[in-house]
Amino acid sequence: MDWFPLWLSLRVALISTGIALVLGLGIAHILAGRDFRGRELLDAAITLPLVLPPTVLGYYLLVVFGRNTAVGRFYEWITGSPLVFTAEAAVVAALFHSAPLLIKSARAAFESVDRSYERAARTLGASEWRIFWNVTVPLARRPIAAAAALAFARSLGDFGVTIMIAGNIPGRTQTVAVAIYDAVESGNGALARILVIVISGIALAILALANRLSPNPFGTRRPV
Amino acid sequence: MIEARISKSFRVGRESAGFNLDIDFRAKGGVTVLFGPSGAGKTLTLDCIAGFERPGAGRILVEDRILFDADARVHLTPQQRQCGYVFQNYALFPHMTLRRNLEFAADRVPRLERHRRVNEMLDRFRIADVAGRKPYEVSGGQKQRCSIARALIGAPSVLLLDEPARGLDAPLRADLYGVLRQVRSEFKTPIVLVTHDLAECLELGDEMLILRDGRIVQSGTPREVVDQPANVEVARLMGLYNLIPAEIMALDPARKSSRLRIGESEIQGPYFPGHLLGDRVHLCAMPSRLSAVPRLGRPGPHQIAARLLRITPTANGTRLEFDNDIAVECAAPDPQSAKPNEEWFIELPPSALKVV
Repeated sequence: MDWFPLWLSLRVALISTGIALVLGLGIAHILAGRDFRGRELLDAAITLPLVLPPTVLGYYLLVVFGRNTAVGRFYEWITGSPLVFTAEAAVVAALFHSAPLLIKSARAAFESVDRSYERAARTLGASEWRIFWNVTVPLARRPIAAAAALAFARSLGDFGVTIMIAGNIPGRTQTVAVAIYDAVESGNGALARILVIVISGIALAILALANRLSPNPFGTRRPV
Repeated sequence: MIEARISKSFRVGRESAGFNLDIDFRAKGGVTVLFGPSGAGKTLTLDCIAGFERPGAGRILVEDRILFDADARVHLTPQQRQCGYVFQNYALFPHMTLRRNLEFAADRVPRLERHRRVNEMLDRFRIADVAGRKPYEVSGGQKQRCSIARALIGAPSVLLLDEPARGLDAPLRADLYGVLRQVRSEFKTPIVLVTHDLAECLELGDEMLILRDGRIVQSGTPREVVDQPANVEVARLMGLYNLIPAEIMALDPARKSSRLRIGESEIQGPYFPGHLLGDRVHLCAMPSRLSAVPRLGRPGPHQIAARLLRITPTANGTRLEFDNDIAVECAAPDPQSAKPNEEWFIELPPSALKVV
């Protein structure tokens, strides 16, 4: 029994969730903050991957990160190897597949934090950076953790984007979702069943965790 | 010393009426109260001073420091303004202990000094024994004192309070007034307080500004304002008075008296300097300064007839309401077993009558 696809998927999901958190919290904070021109357009652009067919998203990524593009060549120049059809590409696929979900939820989480806390911190002389990390994020930490859990689960389940830009190379880029497809196609019912059960169990556990985290004791509109 | 000239317009929106704030005031030390009904622009004024809102035009100075100047394009951030702000909900950071809340605010204080300063404030505001608890684990009064201590720890140049007593029960309110009096005497920080409670103005205010529809309609010490409202509108806002429409029928400066027509009846009143014969005015009289007796014979020179509508017990006695919109408060719990719909005489003593 080859457990590689499962380990690869977990690693990919973990890394992509980490990157999504770092980038996503910043973007979500900007979206939740002051109104600016084009805010809702930016939000729509970020939401797009949630509604587009994964193959479309994968196609875009291929176009952007392919070996003949500036971005692709730049990546190759930095790391010494191309991005497409590697495990790193699977991370990129998972990232684009799951970050929108995280950003959407984190925006809602930030918006649910009573504004008077941030205002109070401002009058006390705290910098915006300090307010973000010491006031806003701690107050929204539970919904953010729930959002991260959901993003992790979604990364774990990506198929379409991954197969477009990471491909299906057993032992290198074959994630669980792809491995299950492969197993079914090649008539390996036993392997498919095991992977299906394991991945369903993990996803269920994560969703239960996210639900437990969701009720937010602090950042609600009703201040303590 | 605070000097503020602020104007800000909000255009009529899909779900909001337009609003124009246009105020101009100076406040020396002590407590300046912004009093007015909801939607008068009190909190907006406070937010302009604190830097949460940007006025369209004007200038704001606190202790000779320019916080905002539309012409010079100066608009300091809230961080730079050094305004202590006490929010209606206190806005204590719920994930920090009371001590951490103070430490957060004392971040600009040098490290060695910080610890001492935090302890001093915890002691002064009587929260040292609960300093290790989170805001939801302490009482309302302790939260209140902590939020005031937190606003003051950075030695702000002005302390702004947004309806701090709203929704508090009587003992907590008394507690708050005590703390604010302590702040006024121990810290020399000028205080600007927003309220729609007149008792609070009298209790705490050194200076009072009455706001309505985004403008200041009267200013002065609370005593002055209560004794002589500038106009009917102000008198009505304070909700303290009977406002009785009357016509001046005669004026006698020698005897210091006048004759006034109220509805169908005429009474003798005090002399009103600066008013003319035939002027239609509103008489302003506190319900507690009037009295009433059941109708018997002819009315006296200061009495008018009215039908009693309602008898309501109050904290200090009884309130009688009559069909001509006059209310009388008397100390007796139930004056002569009064019944509604009876004819009464209301006594309007000249000393109780003012013209607005």
